[in-house]
Amino acid sequence: MFAKALTLTAALAIAFTPGCRRKPKEPITPLPSARTGQQGITNPRPGGPGDLSGTDAGRGLTDSSGRPIGSDLGAGGQNGAGGIKPGDNIGLDGGPLDRTQFNEDRAQFAANVVYFDFDSAVIKTSEKSKLAGVAEHLKTNPNLAVEVEGHCDERGTEEYNRSLGERRALAAREELALLGIDPKRVYTISYGEDRPAVDGHNEDAWSRNRRGEFVLLTPR
Amino acid sequence: MSSGNFPPSFTRRQWLALCGAALPAAALGQNRIDIEKFGGPAPIPLAVVGYSGEVNDALRFDLEVAGCKMVGESEASFVLNGSNGAQVEGRLRDRAGTTLLGRAYNRGTPRQQAHALADDVIKALGGQGIAQTRIAFKCEVTQGKSEIYVADYDGHDARKITSDGAIVAAPTWIPGKLALLYTSYRLGNPDIFVHDLGSGSRRPFSRRAGLNTSAAVSPDGQRVAMILSKDGSPNLYVSRMDGSGLTRLTDNRQGDSSPCWSPDGDTICFSSRTGGPSTLYTVPASGGPARRLRLVGASNGTEPDWSPDGKTIVFTTQSGGRFEVCVVPAGGGEVTRLAPGEDPVWAPNSRTVICARRAGSGVRVLSLLDVPTRQTKDLPRLTGSCSQPTWAR
Repeated sequence: MFAKALTLTAALAIAFTPGCRRKPKEPITPLPSARTGQQGITNPRPGGPGDLSGTDAGRGLTDSSGRPIGSDLGAGGQNGAGGIKPGDNIGLDGGPLDRTQFNEDRAQFAANVVYFDFDSAVIKTSEKSKLAGVAEHLKTNPNLAVEVEGHCDERGTEEYNRSLGERRALAAREELALLGIDPKRVYTISYGEDRPAVDGHNEDAWSRNRRGEFVLLTPR
Repeated sequence: MSSGNFPPSFTRRQWLALCGAALPAAALGQNRIDIEKFGGPAPIPLAVVGYSGEVNDALRFDLEVAGCKMVGESEASFVLNGSNGAQVEGRLRDRAGTTLLGRAYNRGTPRQQAHALADDVIKALGGQGIAQTRIAFKCEVTQGKSEIYVADYDGHDARKITSDGAIVAAPTWIPGKLALLYTSYRLGNPDIFVHDLGSGSRRPFSRRAGLNTSAAVSPDGQRVAMILSKDGSPNLYVSRMDGSGLTRLTDNRQGDSSPCWSPDGDTICFSSRTGGPSTLYTVPASGGPARRLRLVGASNGTEPDWSPDGKTIVFTTQSGGRFEVCVVPAGGGEVTRLAPGEDPVWAPNSRTVICARRAGSGVRVLSLLDVPTRQTKDLPRLTGSCSQPTWAR
């Protein structure tokens, strides 16, 4: 786990060399590559009448060998600490962001929340200076990364909003790339409509809930 | 569609075993009902006589959801007369006094016996009962935290099957198995998990970077459609059930959501913004060009679900912040608006739909909708706000 953090730091440093810079007009880089559960599921044991017994055991997440997961995310063997070369997937290549590897700082970019129009993932001109502020901080702190949270108002169906929130986060990521930040330092997560900033069912609430928030990530 | 996609042996053996219900004995009498009558827009006038308490409530609920209307004996086309003493008994007669069904039920709880009787009544009337089926759904417990529940189709016997203390979403049954796929943020990212309800164990199914959500299993249980954003945009992918063979089916920057399968497993219907506002598209499950589904008279279509008989797609439209459940022929065409609600899913009978309805203050309740008669019945409210139902079928 510790090695992973070191790797990240090294990776981010490499990421910042000119050779790795992205050209602004290229399509956005795919997110760091996948690690997936490959296991199929087996036929359930026939249960007795009304038997869903044992389902509470589902609260413990286990992998195929019964080992608890969650404690070692991204630190698995697929992601050896071997040397990373320019052009490799750089950064958290073990799958989704592993929060155990970071301290999260939500205060740093509290004033940089970007807002979106209804049903839109377009970064408005009025919001670009906030992104520039995020980019500036990342440029002066090349060992840090950021997570962009995409959020939606309640006026959309749930899974539609989960996609829309992701598109908002990806749009912010792309904007940061245009400002010279390697996309591999930028993680995205969509909360759809599940985490409104404010309660309420009117335009005032909705306009404040359609947003992208930035969380500064510091390797532990 | 052919029933081959849904092995009848499963529904019967596993679900009836699960519910502890009696296996049907030979029904008495002959079915002399004009089947055309059952399935039209007019509810069937039915009198239910002689029951009490929970059995009475469950019977009436089941029969109304199935398209009957509870009336007095004088107005009834059919009369269900019986009792619930030591066991639930019922005799169904038509207006001429002909007995269409006569049975006693002694296995399972009185409630289960009532459901079994209701299904037999609907069968005797020429329909397909759903009173012994199950659903799964999510409930928001506190803001930003939800859990997955499994319950009888009427919301009773609800059991919480996750304790993630995180956002969970988009549960879906694996056809023919006591197992669900769903999305959970438990590990800090929206990931798809597969949860075996028999053993209680679960495993990650897709934990790729970015969004992993909206899993939908093919009717034969062999493939999974899902929305992933690992390549830079939330798009439609399909893999085998063991997670191998991941294929990207769409490649657009505008974003996709909510895939579902045709009953023959050849086609996936989903929502996309490729051509502007969200609407429904179909794409061959083996890959190929996506085609826009013609929706006459509806905008902002999302959340499609393909009926098990293959004929009809139910989906959500949205205008001015209002959500409506609509149907369209599977080949596209004229849209019929049915009722307020969202995220509709078909029951195994291709007639009943369950959806989520906004009941004010952002709280959602689950609601059953009989499509031909448009009768609706809300499920008893569980904790918090419940949505994203999925029907075991």
